[in-house]
Amino acid sequence: MMATSYSAKDEDGHITVSGPGAGTLRSKKPENTAFKQQRLPAWQPILTAGTVLPAFFIIGLIFIPIGIGLYVTSNNIKEFEIDYTGVDMSSPCFNCSQNYSWNSTRPCTCTIPFYLETPYESNVFMYYGLSNFYQNHRRYVKSRDDSQLNGDVGSLQKPSKECEPYAYHENRPVAPCGAIANSMFNDTLELFYNNPNGTKLQIPLTSTGIAWWTDKHVKFRNPGNDPNLTAAFQGTTKPVNWRRPVYELDSDPENNGFINEDFIVWMRTAALPTFRKLYRIIQKKNSMVPTLPRGNYTLEVVYNYPVRRFEGRKRVILSTISWMGGKNPFLGIAYMTVGSVCFLLGVVLLIIHHKYGNRNNSADISN
Amino acid sequence: MAFWRRNTHVEKERRVKANARDHNDRFAYADNHIKTSKYNILTFLPINLFEQFQRVANAYFLVLLILQLIPEISSLSWFTTIVPLVLVLVITAVKDATDDYFRHKSDQQVNNRQSQVLIRGSLQNEKWMNIRVGDIIKLENNQFVAADILLLSSSEPYGLCYIETAELDGETNLKVRQASTVTSDLGDLSKLMDFDGEVMLVTLRNASRGFLSFSVFMLVKVCGLASAVNLHLFMPCPSGEVICEPPNNKLDKFTGTLYWRDNKYPLDNEKVLLRGCVLRNTEWCFGMVIFAGLQTKLMQNCGRTKFKRTSIDKLMNTLVLWIFALLVCMGVILAIGNTVWENLIGQSFQDFLPWNVYQRNAVFSGFLTFWSYVIILNTVVPISLYVSMEVLRLGHSYFINWDGKMYHRRTDTAAEARTTTLSEELGQVEFVFSDKTGTLTQNIMVFSKCSINGQTYGDVYDEFDQKVEITEKTPCVDFSFNPLCDRKFKFYDVSLMEAIKLEDPVVQEFFRLLALCHTVMPEEKSEGHLVYQAQSPDEGALVTAARNFGFVFRSRTPETITLCEMGRSVTYRLLAILDFNNVRKRMSVIVRDPQGHIKLYSKGADTIIFDRLDPSDEDLMYTTSEHLSEFAGEGLRTLALAYKDLDEDYFEVWMKKLLFASTVIENREDQLAVLYEEIEQGLKLLGATAIEDKLQEGVPETIARLNLADIKIWVLTGDKLETAMNIGYSCNLLRDDMNEVFVISGYTVLEVQQQLRNAKERILGLSRVTSAAGDVGKTDVLADDSVFEETLIAEYALVINGHSLAHALEPQLERTLLDLACLCKTVICCRVTPMQKAQVVELVKSHKRAITLAIGDGANDVSMIRTAHIGVGISGQEGMQAVLASDYSFAQFRFLQRLLLVHGRWSYFRMCNFLCYFIYKNFAFTLVHFWYGFFCGFSAQTVYDQWFITLFNIVYTSLPVLAMGLFDQDVDDQYSLRYPSLYKPGQQNLLFNKRQFFLYTLQGMGTSFLLFFIPYGAFSLLVKEDGSHFSDQQTFAVTIATSLVIVVSVQIGLDTHYWTAVNHLFVWGSLAAYFAILFAMQSDGLFYIFPRHFPFVGTARNCLSEKSVWLIILLTAVVCVVPGVAVSFLRIDLFPTLTDKVRHLQQSRKKQGPQAQNLRRVRRTSSRRSAYAFSHQQGYGELITSGKNMRTSTVSPAHSPDGTPHGSSWMDNMLKRRNEVSCVSEEKSIRAPESANRHTQPPQLDVESV
Repeated sequence: MMATSYSAKDEDGHITVSGPGAGTLRSKKPENTAFKQQRLPAWQPILTAGTVLPAFFIIGLIFIPIGIGLYVTSNNIKEFEIDYTGVDMSSPCFNCSQNYSWNSTRPCTCTIPFYLETPYESNVFMYYGLSNFYQNHRRYVKSRDDSQLNGDVGSLQKPSKECEPYAYHENRPVAPCGAIANSMFNDTLELFYNNPNGTKLQIPLTSTGIAWWTDKHVKFRNPGNDPNLTAAFQGTTKPVNWRRPVYELDSDPENNGFINEDFIVWMRTAALPTFRKLYRIIQKKNSMVPTLPRGNYTLEVVYNYPVRRFEGRKRVILSTISWMGGKNPFLGIAYMTVGSVCFLLGVVLLIIHHKYGNRNNSADISN
Repeated sequence: MAFWRRNTHVEKERRVKANARDHNDRFAYADNHIKTSKYNILTFLPINLFEQFQRVANAYFLVLLILQLIPEISSLSWFTTIVPLVLVLVITAVKDATDDYFRHKSDQQVNNRQSQVLIRGSLQNEKWMNIRVGDIIKLENNQFVAADILLLSSSEPYGLCYIETAELDGETNLKVRQASTVTSDLGDLSKLMDFDGEVMLVTLRNASRGFLSFSVFMLVKVCGLASAVNLHLFMPCPSGEVICEPPNNKLDKFTGTLYWRDNKYPLDNEKVLLRGCVLRNTEWCFGMVIFAGLQTKLMQNCGRTKFKRTSIDKLMNTLVLWIFALLVCMGVILAIGNTVWENLIGQSFQDFLPWNVYQRNAVFSGFLTFWSYVIILNTVVPISLYVSMEVLRLGHSYFINWDGKMYHRRTDTAAEARTTTLSEELGQVEFVFSDKTGTLTQNIMVFSKCSINGQTYGDVYDEFDQKVEITEKTPCVDFSFNPLCDRKFKFYDVSLMEAIKLEDPVVQEFFRLLALCHTVMPEEKSEGHLVYQAQSPDEGALVTAARNFGFVFRSRTPETITLCEMGRSVTYRLLAILDFNNVRKRMSVIVRDPQGHIKLYSKGADTIIFDRLDPSDEDLMYTTSEHLSEFAGEGLRTLALAYKDLDEDYFEVWMKKLLFASTVIENREDQLAVLYEEIEQGLKLLGATAIEDKLQEGVPETIARLNLADIKIWVLTGDKLETAMNIGYSCNLLRDDMNEVFVISGYTVLEVQQQLRNAKERILGLSRVTSAAGDVGKTDVLADDSVFEETLIAEYALVINGHSLAHALEPQLERTLLDLACLCKTVICCRVTPMQKAQVVELVKSHKRAITLAIGDGANDVSMIRTAHIGVGISGQEGMQAVLASDYSFAQFRFLQRLLLVHGRWSYFRMCNFLCYFIYKNFAFTLVHFWYGFFCGFSAQTVYDQWFITLFNIVYTSLPVLAMGLFDQDVDDQYSLRYPSLYKPGQQNLLFNKRQFFLYTLQGMGTSFLLFFIPYGAFSLLVKEDGSHFSDQQTFAVTIATSLVIVVSVQIGLDTHYWTAVNHLFVWGSLAAYFAILFAMQSDGLFYIFPRHFPFVGTARNCLSEKSVWLIILLTAVVCVVPGVAVSFLRIDLFPTLTDKVRHLQQSRKKQGPQAQNLRRVRRTSSRRSAYAFSHQQGYGELITSGKNMRTSTVSPAHSPDGTPHGSSWMDNMLKRRNEVSCVSEEKSIRAPESANRHTQPPQLDVESV
């Protein structure tokens, strides 16, 4: 058991140890630097009552006002939500939701009246919301070809394998390929203001400016430099579920093809199964008149998008926004809660510290 | 390692013909080329990769990588696993390559050593690697044996030769090997040729010239073929052939047969020199190579380098398995979830997301999902952990190497961490096993004081009669009048010199005695340059003292001793040496001075001498006795000196009786003892000497500190009981205020057993009285000693000698021994062999779950150093064996406190903090995916960007935690030393254990929960400030990732106790790097180049410009961190540990500035112990009077003609003694004190000011 760990060097046995007189040899004395001697100047914080308790109070004092501010702001935001899935027999869209088929040529339309109790000042944002829709499923998320969407001609003709089974249809490449594109939301929503005088006034909806600038200008590009999109998408076929090819999504060339904003919005997959996406913006016309005055409105839906099979829901949301975005009571409440808890914790700790704490805890060090 | 050793055919026996390469080549025996390196340039990559993938962690990640290549499973891009894996592999490979490079170099160096080989009748220099089996090689003194060789002949009579086998078994004592009688006279080349079986082809012309021709001629003659000398010679000779066992690794066995001249001669281990031995005290020897290179016993024994693993390593392995189990659990849960989800929702969601071809049903989908989640969640099993731990340990080792306070100026030795794998275990040591000589003591005996005729000398007094402390600056006595003096000898009391100059007869007689009564061998290398070879350093010190005071022992013959007394040469006739032994505890010489007076000089243990004094000396005896007490109280080793004038006639009669007695066969020893006793009566007391066994610097303080840190120190020494105990007292291991010191010295198993049991019962009995106050029921519950151990207040010590230890280490007693030993504060084992040292360590190691450390300086400590968890070698001393076997080495025992209490403690502290944080971080990072699973249809969708997953561990969070693991200090080094109790948490495993692991896992889980659910709450309704929708996955990913990076950075900030500039740089740098990389990865440019790999383009810009996102991040960070802060604040405030208190103190001190230091003194003991300074065995007397050992002083290697029939037996005796004394090298045995720093002042824990 002795002569284990043998290395040839050990055999030497006598490594010369330079004696004290070996002045020519460099001394083996380690350098006396703060780093090597582990004496680097350092800040050594300690958790003491003097630092922790004020921190708690400060957090409390900062968080509570923020929370209140957020909560108030959020409450001031006006939001109106209509579920038009058509689950109930009474729902105007019930019929449409029942007789649904992807291939039906005749669009099913339903009309939903609603009443806005308060006028909506400034710009109003119109969202569609889907529930129980798993846009975040792994197979769904990866089923796209960013290269193709970025206008790469090669990828247009030869979509990525990730797009399967929506990469090719009838031996022609699908543009845009993949499950996300294929399942694009295709209900058409129109909003009418019912004038008290009986006329029905269509509210103009802006369909541009709803996507991120980076998406529209960087991430999504139409293939080729050909302004004629029909030619650019030559040789491809539309996604199976689509009624129109991608180059006919909009008449505006700046909003057509891959850079169609509805399409871009859809392609930005949601994080959670319940989500809303911006559909249209109702621009404020002038400062005198509210964008959406109080009154009766009608929502006209061209019901194309089937969600009943997986118990999904479809909603339309009208909302104003504030400095912090849309209506979001969660953050305000969370801030107020956390702030109060911190403050309370500070109080409790203070009491504990005063009653039982070891303020003078270095006195009784014993060995 | 075992690749090349696997021979295709198994060798059944080995046949070697002497010097017949052609013949031997047929067997294809291994040549003497050794290779300890593993790789060459071509094989490095495949072999190294193969080895690396044998590690479980790497193999695991390889499997993951393969899984990722399956598209149905792959939930992560290939690069997320491969980047860390490649990084880990590269770092390890670079380390392996450097290691192997050095092995190559050392191999090369060894292979290229020169050796003399008999080739074609002449000695030629050959490289070691060219030596073949069957070659006859010549070795010279102090050379390493190149291969396993059969000893043929040597310069010594009877073909004896001496070897040191330290490399093989760790023993430095010389061993004797003897050549077979038939070969032992093959002392020169011509005769050797006779043995040589080489088939020669030599031209006659050639043969007519030079030496070669002579040998050839001889050969020819011997072979009886002289007539056949024509133009060419071609002559097969009757050469020696050895048939022996095949190569094996048994160091102590060899069987073989030598065939020569039609006769068979048996061969055994005594005739074989093994590779790795060193030839000592033998001018030269010839040998025939039997095993070479990798087939030598040394090489067969090596290779199985015991890889020491730390306890944290082992714990980590278990924990990694647990983590793995947890991973599988989570995978199963999520897979079941997936099955359910696919059944309930996925099936009906097929309009938008059809099942693909592989997805035949939901169960199969679940199965695939399991693997996908295994891939995603793999980051809980920390791949970079092992590499990071290596890096930390490497750093910690460097800090040890760099420590200026562990540098010893006199020997110019810095501390060295020779292994880089054990650093944190230094913080957990519970048992220290220390060698004595050379480790605790300097093995320098210094003549420090004496009492002559009732007058003490040695102390220095100032003008006010106050004792002056002797320091380096104290002027010492000038011995320049004496040309023969030893310049290294120092003495400070001038009065003794004055007494000599006054020619005080008693003083003269005193030193004459010291110069005459000993068994030292002088060696006068050049005129006036005397070197003494003493049996024990004590004797050397005494003779040297006499030499300096003008009574120079100059030379001796068997019958005479020549002194140079005050410049005059005086020759005494040596009439008898009445030698020392352990019973007599004294030695005497009878000499006849030039005037014809016969005198008996005697020195010995005080009690023994005092019993034999002339009654008239009683007064002097009392005075001297007082002085002796004083000396002993200072820890000095004392001897009493006495003389007697002998009557001529009486002596004649006595001498005749002695001669008669020495020839009888029966009871010779007893009869001699009686005769000695008879003549050593009525002595006249001269005085007493006091020798200081110099302790190493700072030993008592170090031991006191280590004791305070609850480290048990066991001294394992080869010294005798008294010496060991004496040292025990002087270095505070034994104290007078101890309740009891048990001495176990039984000669039979039963005796030992009885003594052990008695001692144990006494301890338990006493503590029962003290602790179990009246509770009758409790006293019966004694079964568990460990409980009792803690309740012991009393202090005990155990001293056990080698004999008893041999018995006590037998299986039936070892438990008892261990129990008893653990009840004692101090354990001293004396007279232990190297093997026993290892056994003791092994005993503790196997029965106690404690970390052991062995420290020693000599080759006899090698076994124990290798056995212990941590081996420490004292470097800068004699041999390097201990250092080479050790894990850490430094020059002085006192550095041990710094190694353990500072470096060990820090390493442990850092490593634990590092591990806790690492686990926390990985859980916080990874488990977010688990929560997300419930909201993404259990589809193994990742929360984060793939790049983030790739870089999180290796870029965003690695450096701050490494900086913490390298630089963190809770308490600085001075406070660590001042409060040794700070060391205890390490021994109790408090900083990282399964409980801590759970706590940190929980914290990590909690953090991941909050990290996911706070953004979840916010994101269900999040809208950008421009109204565009915002609750998309990429924003979600960036928000959570940013929160995560901030939270873990804040957490590392809170966990860091010592914020150096490096910490700041790394923490802030990592955050900055995160944001920089985040924006870079999501920039337009990268997206244009690789649109498929950087789909997150623009997300960071859109997301991090939103106030609401920052509000979410702030909220998340606060919520994640605050509970931890509150809990740790409460813990510190309500239940502060010692560390917290000392930290507090340290900080308040720092604010107040330096304060007056408070010194705490360790009580210095002083008690009367008789400690006689003698060696440990029968003296050399017999050898001197017989003149047999005089050969050692002569340089001539010529055969000593006095090889009497009993020669080998005295040779053995001498060898035995010599190794006991270990006085082989002269400068060791007699070395005057180099520093006059005496330990007279009470040792104290000097506390430096802050």
